[in-house]
Amino acid sequence: MATIEDYVARIEGTCGEEKDVIVVFKYEKKDEAIAQILKKAQLKNAIAGIIFELTFQDTSFRLYSSGKAIFRSIKNREELNQILKSILL
Amino acid sequence: MDVQALRQDFPILKRQVNGYPLIYFDNAATTQKPCQVIDAISDFYENHNGNVHRAVHTLSLEATDFYEKSREKITKFINAKESSELVFVRGTTEAINLVAYTWGLNSLCKGDEVLVSLMEHHSDIVPWEIISKLKGFTIKYANVKNDGALDYDDFESKFSSKTKIACLSHVSNVTGIINDVKRIAKVAHDHGALMLVDGAQSVPHITVDVQDLDADFLAFSGHKMLGPTGIGVLYGKKELLETMPPFQGGGEMIKEVEFSQGKGCSVSWNEPPWKFEAGTPNIEGAVGLAEAVKYLEALGMDEVLSHEKALTKYAVERMQECSKVTIYGSGDLSKKCGIIPFSVKELSSHDVALICDNYGIMIRSGYHCAQPLHQEILKLHSSDRASFYIYNTREEVDRFVEVLKEIDQL
Repeated sequence: MATIEDYVARIEGTCGEEKDVIVVFKYEKKDEAIAQILKKAQLKNAIAGIIFELTFQDTSFRLYSSGKAIFRSIKNREELNQILKSILL
Repeated sequence: MDVQALRQDFPILKRQVNGYPLIYFDNAATTQKPCQVIDAISDFYENHNGNVHRAVHTLSLEATDFYEKSREKITKFINAKESSELVFVRGTTEAINLVAYTWGLNSLCKGDEVLVSLMEHHSDIVPWEIISKLKGFTIKYANVKNDGALDYDDFESKFSSKTKIACLSHVSNVTGIINDVKRIAKVAHDHGALMLVDGAQSVPHITVDVQDLDADFLAFSGHKMLGPTGIGVLYGKKELLETMPPFQGGGEMIKEVEFSQGKGCSVSWNEPPWKFEAGTPNIEGAVGLAEAVKYLEALGMDEVLSHEKALTKYAVERMQECSKVTIYGSGDLSKKCGIIPFSVKELSSHDVALICDNYGIMIRSGYHCAQPLHQEILKLHSSDRASFYIYNTREEVDRFVEVLKEIDQL
């Protein structure tokens, strides 16, 4: 059975007051992850084909075609894991 | 300086990121390594590897020779009087911690004051905060002006007979502003205080002469000046290092560990710098750093600074073409190294960095380990930072500005 670890290489908290979280997808799985996310999340805006502003389960985030996503207002790792599980698997 | 020629020395600059040629503008965080440094480290491991000091076999003697000659090379680079004033550490952070935990822990007490500036990197704040909780002394913070320049009047006015040490970055890691540490060192000494200079962002970019600055301590990192990670330097005046207790205990830092029944061990310390280098040191790191110094000396530090200033001037001019970009820090580029802090209206610093990354451009976002400066002076949640070094070009700046202009359109 697939897990989020199959898709996610690393999760990094950002430096700064914003406390954003960056999710880095595995290079070999990034296209699959991006396709999956675009299928399930609601697209608010697509910018130059490289940035996708999305909403999923009331959570706003930005997805980059390089295979990284930046999540804001995430309370804790469990909440993020739950979102990733729902959107990726 | 022939930038196109020297770029050939840096293998990593040939790679692509996300399908674009790599543009590396995160040099204030760490620099790329020329093949001369990589080869020197490989050569050490392939041909000379042994543990240093206190052995008689050929490889140990060769390794010791490499290690101590590296120390001599770096000693001359910063114009220290002698190599015993140069302690190898992991980097700037460890160097400042060494001073705080040895000199600070033993010399400071309640009623004393340590003076630092609000523009300091966390590594020049946190060690003093930790030790102040143990010893009860006070830390005073000198102001920084709105443009990121040091408020010299405020700094100097905060000195008193209670001040025991002043700590100041030679170059701000956020704004790139060059501070007149020689001036502050003189005021410190007039008050009987010591002067610690954080040279992490100056030694890689400008000529640093510790005797001319009259710094009591200077800390810097190898990886920010073409050398490997995990090696750095604490310079300390000989008379200070001689009186300071060791930082860590173990091999190398002792003269004798004499055991007597019923009394245990009586330990005497080695001479500086070895007194502060417990355990097997980062030998190949020292070798790599010496090679990096050799590389920079061949270019000439005046040429290095001149290249960075010209590139910074060009980048600042070009970045001003982008309507949503705000550049922070002093407009006086003559007193700056190649660091440009900026933000883009309506976008978080991390979004800007991720967009640049998408195009193969590496910039840094966040506090840059200088949260007090961001919160108190710049009034920013975080910022972006482009920082240049010897291998960066105008063409790279042009490409960077193209991406910023695309961001402008978002």
